[in-house]
Amino acid sequence: MAGILGEENMKQRTFPMNAWYVAAWDAEVGRSLLSRTICNRKMVLYRKQDGTPVALEDACWHRLVPLSIGSLQGDDVRCGYHGLVFGPNGRCTHMPSQETINPSACVKSFPVVQRHRFVWVWPGDAALADPALIPDLPWPDHAEWAGDGSMTEVKADYRLVIDNLMDLTHETFVHASSIGNEALAEAPFDAFHGERTARVERWVLNEEAPPFWAGQLGKPGKTDRWQIINFLAPSVIYLEVGVAPAGTGAPEGDRSQGVDMRVLHLPTPSTDKTCYYFWAHLRNYNIGDQGHTRRVLNAGGGIMVEDETVIEAQQVAIDEHPDHVFYNLNIDAGSMWARRAIDRMIAVEEEPYLAEAAE
Amino acid sequence: MSASAKAAGAASNGPWTEARVAAIRDVTPTIREFTLAMDNIRACPPGSHLRVRVDLGDRQDHRSYSVVETDGAVLRIAVKLQPESRGGSAFMWGLAVGDTLAVDAPRCDFPLTYGAPHYLLLAGGVGITPMVAMARQLAARGAAPRMVYAARSSEEFAYRRELEDLLGERLALYPSDGETALDLAAEIDRLPPDGELYMCGPLGLMEAVRQAWEAAGRPRAKLRYETFGSSGSHRAEAFTVKVPRLGAEVVVRENESMLDALEAAGVEVVFECRRGECGLCAVDIVEAEGVVDHRDVFLSARQHRENRQMCACVSRVAGGCVTIDPAWRGDGAFAFGEGGAGLRETA
Repeated sequence: MAGILGEENMKQRTFPMNAWYVAAWDAEVGRSLLSRTICNRKMVLYRKQDGTPVALEDACWHRLVPLSIGSLQGDDVRCGYHGLVFGPNGRCTHMPSQETINPSACVKSFPVVQRHRFVWVWPGDAALADPALIPDLPWPDHAEWAGDGSMTEVKADYRLVIDNLMDLTHETFVHASSIGNEALAEAPFDAFHGERTARVERWVLNEEAPPFWAGQLGKPGKTDRWQIINFLAPSVIYLEVGVAPAGTGAPEGDRSQGVDMRVLHLPTPSTDKTCYYFWAHLRNYNIGDQGHTRRVLNAGGGIMVEDETVIEAQQVAIDEHPDHVFYNLNIDAGSMWARRAIDRMIAVEEEPYLAEAAE
Repeated sequence: MSASAKAAGAASNGPWTEARVAAIRDVTPTIREFTLAMDNIRACPPGSHLRVRVDLGDRQDHRSYSVVETDGAVLRIAVKLQPESRGGSAFMWGLAVGDTLAVDAPRCDFPLTYGAPHYLLLAGGVGITPMVAMARQLAARGAAPRMVYAARSSEEFAYRRELEDLLGERLALYPSDGETALDLAAEIDRLPPDGELYMCGPLGLMEAVRQAWEAAGRPRAKLRYETFGSSGSHRAEAFTVKVPRLGAEVVVRENESMLDALEAAGVEVVFECRRGECGLCAVDIVEAEGVVDHRDVFLSARQHRENRQMCACVSRVAGGCVTIDPAWRGDGAFAFGEGGAGLRETA
């Protein structure tokens, strides 16, 4: 089916509201006020004194001034304009120049949970926010894995980031100096799907590893390389990527002779055309070496800049051609399954969302 | 199926507009030209096609026909009557002057690139329709294209007079019942190395040209063609598709595509072009009883021989049944948490 972006799509919603999205890395949220826009909802994030994260609507109930330019008062936040104070649940706890508190005064409080180094928020109907629905991505704080990540603000629809990841053919052309080579673009792939999931698997057997991977493996000779892309709608992707000396059993399931990574890609929609792109590289080898973590983080940052450049240029081009209908190729199968899964989630909540918007 | 009737899919939800049949003329005993009057007509470049909604009796579908020309407020298409078609040409031949049709805005997926030093236009049967417009445009720009035109008999050369006027000696006609057989290798050899070949015709002819082009060591990018996927090596007939992974068995009627039948039965397939170009709808063949009639241009000749995949939008099975494996694995097959946490509410 032809995918229409640009103006056409702007008439439609591009992301579901009833889903857990990463709003921040653990270390970004502390005893200060952090402003983030998640799915077009402005939020202020901070931690209570016991470390529990809080996410409130970033607008004072009284005059809409962003609370994020106010200040923390213990576990509460004080508006920087007239001094109204709101607690972690959004209820007003203090009003200036009166002995009582207006019972109506309240800002929206968003469900928020920290798990495996990410702070997740639920921008939609709070009644549906079940923490058990948070995707399990255990590697960032797992004893047998090491690594770190960062966040890149990208001026593009988060789905363009997903398109980018669901077809890693682009590594050959965008990341030629590090992780791409010709063998990758010519290797066949398989695409699978479920209701909310999609998976693209690609194996490059008995070929030279590109520079980054040759360095990680540190062994001479040809390699078997795997690249498995796992998608969970609306915006969770983790890659299983690695190389092993050719013929040591990786395609049959034994990756123990090689190096294996989990690369997390979590592009959270901010507005319709901007996103917070959270990413991390976790490895199961040489895990005691902090320098290795730093070097991979730096390399990852360089790769991210290459993606960001292409994706932002693509968003500009899409905006310049609002009526353009994309022609999908065979390599786009993974992103088409991913978009179908996203569209299904949006369709399911279309009515509740309208009801909520009408409140 | 007619050479210019491209693959059809489910009735489109596109923005249909109305066209009125202003004139009908038989340009050969089996090719009928329709002059259609419509509002807001735009001149379309050579290689454009018009999507027409057709009534197949039990349901609606659509067919695409190459635009022969636009002339003021009218547009001309030509349709070959094919008794073995999937019903579109019979519907078109049933039209009378004054009837109305639902059509899309014309669209061009087979653009002519100007400025090549030499052109060879190659047409088979009703595949002449886009070539007429190309010959006219090239001649108007002072290019001197050569045209090779093959048809079943000398009666079956549509637009012959106009082409003779335009091209003179640069028009070579090859009727199947004629004395000289079309020698593709010789025709390609005759085209200078930097020349481009544009072709439209039945799948068998196009395959032969593609092979001859490759054998001659010509660059792939200089061979331009339009695919239609609606003609194959075998007659379109009903067949059965077994999908053991989903416990489904789907019957594809003779006038319907395998893709439409799968979608209607709830077997999800991604697709784009619906005419055998993009390869998105290629499904894995587990087992085939009968002959898989590959009608796409996405898979290579080698892949067609291997028979491991088929493009569901155009390819069919002659005399039997095919067992396929679709991309569905279910959410449970993917790890996003212990016991599929994050997925349990989506079943």
